Amino acid sequence: MTPVEKTIGKVANFADERLGAAGWVKKSLNKVFPDHWSFMLGEVCMYSFVILLLSGTFLTFWFDPSQRDVIYNGVYEPLKGLKMSAAYASTLDISFEVRGGLLMRQIHHWAANIFMAAIVAHLLRVFFTGAFRKPREFNWILGILLLTLGLVEGLFGYSLPDDLLSGTGLRITSAIIQALPVVGTYISFFLFGGAFPGTGFIPRIFTLHILIIPGIFLAVITIHVMLVWYQKHTQFPGVGRTEKNVVGHPILPVYMAKAGGFFFVVFGVIAFLSAVASINPIWLYGPYTPGQISAGSQPDWYMGWLDGLVRMAPPLETHAFGHTVSWNILIPALIVPGIVFTGMALYPFIESWITGDKREHHLLDRPRNVPNRTALGVMSITFVMVALINGGNDILATNFHLSINQIMWFSRIGIFVLPPIAFVITKRLCLSLQRADRDLLLHGSETGRLLRLPHGEFVEVHEPISAEKAFLLQSHEQPLALEISEVDSRGVRRPGALKNKVQRRLSKAHAVSVPKVSEQELKEIEHH
Amino acid sequence: MKRLSRYRRHKAAGPVLLIIALLAIGTTFSVASATVKQSPTTFARSAAIDEGKQIFLKGCSSCHGLNAEGGSIAPSLIGVGAASVDFQVGTGRMPMADMSQQAMRKKPVYNAEQTAALAAYVASLAPGPAIPDDSVLNYERDGNTAQGGELFRNNCAMCHNFAGQGGALTQGKYAPTLMGVEPKYIYEALITGPQSMPVFSDKTITPAEKLSLIKWIKSAEAEPNLGGATMGRIGPVTEGLLAWILGIGLLIGIAVWLTTRAR
Repeated sequence: MTPVEKTIGKVANFADERLGAAGWVKKSLNKVFPDHWSFMLGEVCMYSFVILLLSGTFLTFWFDPSQRDVIYNGVYEPLKGLKMSAAYASTLDISFEVRGGLLMRQIHHWAANIFMAAIVAHLLRVFFTGAFRKPREFNWILGILLLTLGLVEGLFGYSLPDDLLSGTGLRITSAIIQALPVVGTYISFFLFGGAFPGTGFIPRIFTLHILIIPGIFLAVITIHVMLVWYQKHTQFPGVGRTEKNVVGHPILPVYMAKAGGFFFVVFGVIAFLSAVASINPIWLYGPYTPGQISAGSQPDWYMGWLDGLVRMAPPLETHAFGHTVSWNILIPALIVPGIVFTGMALYPFIESWITGDKREHHLLDRPRNVPNRTALGVMSITFVMVALINGGNDILATNFHLSINQIMWFSRIGIFVLPPIAFVITKRLCLSLQRADRDLLLHGSETGRLLRLPHGEFVEVHEPISAEKAFLLQSHEQPLALEISEVDSRGVRRPGALKNKVQRRLSKAHAVSVPKVSEQELKEIEHH
Repeated sequence: MKRLSRYRRHKAAGPVLLIIALLAIGTTFSVASATVKQSPTTFARSAAIDEGKQIFLKGCSSCHGLNAEGGSIAPSLIGVGAASVDFQVGTGRMPMADMSQQAMRKKPVYNAEQTAALAAYVASLAPGPAIPDDSVLNYERDGNTAQGGELFRNNCAMCHNFAGQGGALTQGKYAPTLMGVEPKYIYEALITGPQSMPVFSDKTITPAEKLSLIKWIKSAEAEPNLGGATMGRIGPVTEGLLAWILGIGLLIGIAVWLTTRAR
């Protein structure tokens, strides 16, 4: 033992005798993580969150979260001498006078965009592979919570500089709050400290943006990751992979090295974007005054679909008992997102109710093998995409010489028509892929070599696929439709027959699949 | 006087007095108006009006009518003034390429001389806004950038976007980009209100303020890309697109590479 090792050993022993940490560390370090590129999407979220924390801290050193009026006297000529809020003026100073300030601002904003994009990509991976199933439902709900928090945190973040665009966003925010029946006006006055824009909102969302929400974020992310640790990571099916084991690299040294390196890769990509591409050029927007607005005012992309829903809503309002209910805001901005997020959070339970499957699952599904879920996912993506397209309707109209009215009508109709079409097409595609898998397993892969038989017939030579691949195509289990009879054993109609009927119908739809190759058929092939 | 008053009831007195009065008024008028009209360009101008009329009859009258009185598909041009013609024809918007929602900027069909002739002809029909003189357009000297920016955000940004990049209007109409538009045309657009644009009269935005506007637009045009590539200066839509395509795209590519087994 070298002297260095001796010292390290002494320190470790000192700690172990007092904390009993050796067992825990050993157990933790021996944890194994499976390898797949899609398992790294969650890491992208975590690393961009770390970058957000660091760059955000830097920005707070100079940012002045105040709506008091100042006269700008900085270096940016086109705004010199204008009255603006201290928040806006200090953001200009960060951009132009703080060393590295503009780069840091851009890193913060690009990291936010990538953070949200990675959350969505991660969510889609978890959804399409069925990683949310028992025992991971709780972690799925935490993920939905993180997504929702991210939306709010992002909105507050780009609202802080108090430029013309962010003020426009806050105007819409206040309108959405006011759309709440009866209490909306009071809540809006309470939050903004008076009539919009008031003087209280920027300092308040500053506290939320830099302290409260990041605090909740840190706590939830910790639980989210600890649960992955504790419940172990899911893995894709394959030879030697079961519901009882995890195949992959141990934390030390391979996984740690890769993950540590990946942090710098994420940081590098974000820093690269921030160095070459401008984001949120607040000096061009100008300071916020309620009387001004710019054409093409858009929220950041993750809010764009909500904006698109509001833009397509027809002007519906009712007046009753001295109150106005603005359905055109209430439905697209509060009710629909409420349904979407609640539905997402509850989906694991809904699916397990439909399938009647209460077992634990640690092996992931190939999306094609669960056509109903995959189709539902694509349907939801289509819904959000139609809304997102309508959110940018003015940008699309000007850049592609289209009529904004026609885009709006396309979206109004498309939001109802396209998602079901996407559902049907996806389900068909999944079944076709299952059929292709079946053919591949039964007949082998096409080689492209043509053979002419003695009697003149041409055939293509097929080669049997590898054992690993054959296992992959055949190892999944196919769900069966639930057998729920409407009457009990004595022939009496069950209570809740309607619920059972719905469950049976859904279960039947969920179980639709191309029968996979059976053991019997496989044996026959081997005999050939 | 007694001798004259003797004739005051003479039957020729009325007509003679009338003739004398007419002569006096006529002489005064001709002397007075001669001093105004006797400029050396009188003949050139009337020649330009004639030439403009010929061009108008050939190129414009099929829609705007033989006497510029307008028709079912084109407005009357009586009283629109020289500035309007200079803007519409000088930027190539007129003659229109097709009957789409809006005339777009393109290569002018008529050269500067022909455009001037057309403008002179239309201006001769009825008074209207004149083409601003170059001496009026000294925005570098008379404009104020910051004031112009404030005016722009108050009056123009809602259609032309915060950086003058243009924006969408209803039914396929649009507010065009202001980048690369000559100061003269910006000024003319302000005083004539082409297509969907409102007129910003000198009472709404004073001539000095118009110059500030132009100065701000020119400074926005010349502004270096301070934060890197601007992606069109049209707000977060292109930013989101880049975050997904380049940001997540690159990261997924690297993740795939990192998890590829060495062979």
